[in-house]
Amino acid sequence: MSTIALPRNVRNTVPLLREPALLVPLVGAGVLTYLAILPLFMLFVGSFQVEVAPREFALTLQNYKAAYTSEYTYSTFKNSVIFAAGSAGLTFLLGTILAWLVERTNTPLRTIFIPIAVVPLILPGVLESIAWIFLLSPKFGYINVALMYLFGLESAPFNIFSLPGMIWAHSVGQVPLAFLMMVAAFKSMDPSLEESAMMSGASTWQTLRRITLRLLMPACGSVLLILFVRTLESFETPALIGIPARIYVYTSEIYLAFNEFPPNYGRGAALAVGLLLLSAAGVWLYTRSTREGKRFQTVTGKAFRPRQFDLGPWRWVGFGFLMTYFLIVVLLPFLVMLWASFLPFFATPSWDALSKLSFENYQYLYGFRPFWRAMQNSILLALMTATAAMVLTSLVAWIVYKSRLPGSWMLDFLAFVPITVPGIVLGMALILLYVAFPIPIYGTIWVLLIAYVTRYIPYGMRSASGSILQIHSELEEAAAASGASWWETFRRVTLPLLRPGFAAGWIYICIVSFREFSTSVLLATGESQVLSILLFSMFEQGQVTVVAAIGILMILTLLTIVAVFYKLSGRVGIQA
Amino acid sequence: MIEVRDLVKTFAEHRGDSVKAVERVSFKVEDGRFYTLLGPSGCGKTTTLRCIAGLEKPDSGEIEVSGAKVYSSINGTFVPAYRRPIGMVFQSYAIWPHLTVFENVAFPLRVGKHRFRNEEVRKKVGNALEQVELGDLGERMATQLSGGQQQRLALARALVREPQVLLLDEPLSNLDAKLRERMRVELRELQRRLRITTLYVTHDQIEALSMSNVIAVMSAGVIVQEGLPRDIYMRPRTQFVAQFIGSTNQLGGRLLRVQGEGLGVVRTEVGEIACGLMNDLSPGADVVVVVRPESIVLHRKRPAETINVVEGKVATVMFLGEYLDCSIELGKNVLQTHQPHSLQLRRGETLWVELPPGACMALPSENSSKES
Ligand SMILES: Nc1ncnc2c1ncn2[C@@H]1O[C@H](COP(=O)(O)OP(=O)(O)O)[C@@H](O)[C@H]1O
Ligand SMILES: [Mg+2]
Repeated sequence: MSTIALPRNVRNTVPLLREPALLVPLVGAGVLTYLAILPLFMLFVGSFQVEVAPREFALTLQNYKAAYTSEYTYSTFKNSVIFAAGSAGLTFLLGTILAWLVERTNTPLRTIFIPIAVVPLILPGVLESIAWIFLLSPKFGYINVALMYLFGLESAPFNIFSLPGMIWAHSVGQVPLAFLMMVAAFKSMDPSLEESAMMSGASTWQTLRRITLRLLMPACGSVLLILFVRTLESFETPALIGIPARIYVYTSEIYLAFNEFPPNYGRGAALAVGLLLLSAAGVWLYTRSTREGKRFQTVTGKAFRPRQFDLGPWRWVGFGFLMTYFLIVVLLPFLVMLWASFLPFFATPSWDALSKLSFENYQYLYGFRPFWRAMQNSILLALMTATAAMVLTSLVAWIVYKSRLPGSWMLDFLAFVPITVPGIVLGMALILLYVAFPIPIYGTIWVLLIAYVTRYIPYGMRSASGSILQIHSELEEAAAASGASWWETFRRVTLPLLRPGFAAGWIYICIVSFREFSTSVLLATGESQVLSILLFSMFEQGQVTVVAAIGILMILTLLTIVAVFYKLSGRVGIQA
Repeated sequence: MIEVRDLVKTFAEHRGDSVKAVERVSFKVEDGRFYTLLGPSGCGKTTTLRCIAGLEKPDSGEIEVSGAKVYSSINGTFVPAYRRPIGMVFQSYAIWPHLTVFENVAFPLRVGKHRFRNEEVRKKVGNALEQVELGDLGERMATQLSGGQQQRLALARALVREPQVLLLDEPLSNLDAKLRERMRVELRELQRRLRITTLYVTHDQIEALSMSNVIAVMSAGVIVQEGLPRDIYMRPRTQFVAQFIGSTNQLGGRLLRVQGEGLGVVRTEVGEIACGLMNDLSPGADVVVVVRPESIVLHRKRPAETINVVEGKVATVMFLGEYLDCSIELGKNVLQTHQPHSLQLRRGETLWVELPPGACMALPSENSSKES
């Protein structure tokens, strides 16, 4: 007989008392199926139909033909792959160098860069792209203008409206993610593995190359994969830079099919199914690779005090890298946004322009009704999504990990499904579902609420299950053994212990909902307009300096949410 | 008083098969006694304890705690954990990190049917903390305590409701060796003072031998021997118990003849050995002769008129401070023995090894009985 006891937390404790009526898990399964499965089913059905909500049910392959045998099929595929692979590579490179310098070397001032490196997380993807258009547009981009002036160049050295431009603008926004994941990987590496290499006579450089990098290989693979998938799913940069530059990827093709007149839902659905399969394959590979990684035990989940490499004089090169990253990637986009928001029309920084600075854009927004409506919608949606998603996922996580009910793993799976669904695909699926839906919620913010909650269930699930798993069952059992009934135990022990994880998940979902773009772009219209989409359409109409002002207000709102939240919840860390 | 009758508990595994964690276990703990379940990890000790606590629902059997049936598969009684008159100390201590030391101990008084008034709570918690010498730490957060203090806090929390019985699941296994030794004494002292019926679970034979009134040795879900600590040590009834408690030498052989009251002669590879017989063994049975390392006597010259003497060669000598640990080769067999360090032994030296018949015990061989 094996002598290894199962971890306590998967053992149930007081089965009889703990078994809430079978109703709760059933309702949970119902809600999750409705949110995660039904739209995908409708999307799948829709991709084989001639029209939305047909009077007669007839299957056809013509949508797939239109989607995958057109003259654009090959170029879209090529662009998508180059965009995703290029972004994954660049993001990974920048994130890894940053993480290594900060975590594992003696680069001067490295500790203050840890919070700085994640600051760009607060900048919505749409704004990141707009800021880089301001900086690198071949016609008026500040960096181009400055370089042409300094070096007397004939033409602009950079062109943001190109594939490399898209890759750059998208990558710099994703670097914090890669940074955080690599920091975690570096942290969980057992330093004694490197020390024993040194004791075997390997030099610093040899150790780095032959031990450190080798050990990190599995982690690197999964980070690259997740970055690839996320880029493939993203629509911010493809919308703001790709569409004007006529560089189309899968997400923009879906959007364009939707924007034809009349909307070509069928082709959109067929494209969406393809993208969904791609992304699901990526996620599947990712979960497999991380599981493999665990098997090889390079990542032990334990935090070690890592060894620091002495870079010698090279540490100033490292410092230079960190400074450059800070100035160009973190600071510059904020500054250019701020500057532009005070301009009546777009102009290069100069003494002349300085005298034109004014609050005109902000005054304009003050009286601009659509802005207030969008602001209100965005804030409401962020608060409601975060609350609904966290309540739902806390319950689900509790059922999955604490009740021994048969089949509760199904709930876990259902809650994981949305992670494979790209935002724009979810938008497409929800359109197909709700256009024909008996309850008229299409075109209201309720559809957006449903969309956001669905999208962020996996995130909520992660922080909820994380904190539920951390509650050692014996903590709850001790309450029962002290005479506390099930409800007393839940209220006095379980809930208080859950609070930090709940709070961390809540704030994260709040932030990402507030800036959500790729689902909203298909679902938000008129009364249900949200900020990120308002920003997008006004930018398309050329009101760039007003857009900058909206962007600044958006950032301020996000910072306020975060600040208020920290104030209320005391010491709670954000989970990335 | 705790009485357990024919307790069975099976766990369903993920892939359909099941683990028999506890198989028809019965025992009785008299009032005020300190009773220990001892056994290797995975043998079902914790499961038994949790069934008594009500944290696990058994498949069948009966459990009685201080006169009241708390579980019976016959008429379907199942008193939930929070209604049983028990205090429990968990292996992980299960100290609630969001509460202070005081609030942790006060918790059992603030929940359940019988609530106490605030001043009563303060008095009882103060008393409980005094008892475990944590009197002045009440306002600390529980997480700021050291391992030993957390252990005592868990004890105070288990005792504050003045339960009828105390259940302890390996409470000392997370402490370092020195602290463990001290807590062993303190815990036993406290139990004596309060005269509380105690069921203690451990895999550590020293803890079991030094603290208990009665020990039950468990293996693979069943109790294989129950008895006083001295009997368990001196008269193990099975090879498993002999092996598990203390260190033992074993010599395989066959029982030649039985010589009256519990004595017999066994033919082993090193010769014929006279020894005690515990079980009803008949001549011809496969047996192992077990003998404790400290019972073996070494002689430089062959002692006259002594039986059970075998010639051997010193293989290794290790100085362990309290005693010398030597291994002696008897042909293919190696015996482990503890000797006073006044003895001067050299490797390779030839010696006469005496296995006093009173310290040797023939037990049925478990390996061969499984094969047949
Ligand atoms: N909740 C559970 N689910 C499945 N198997 C369990 C569970 N709890 C205990 N077991 C199994 O039951 C056996 C006895 O476990 P346990 O009582 O914890 O042993 P001990 O406390 O003696 O180390 C082990 O094989 C263990 O794996
Ligand atoms: Mg145990």
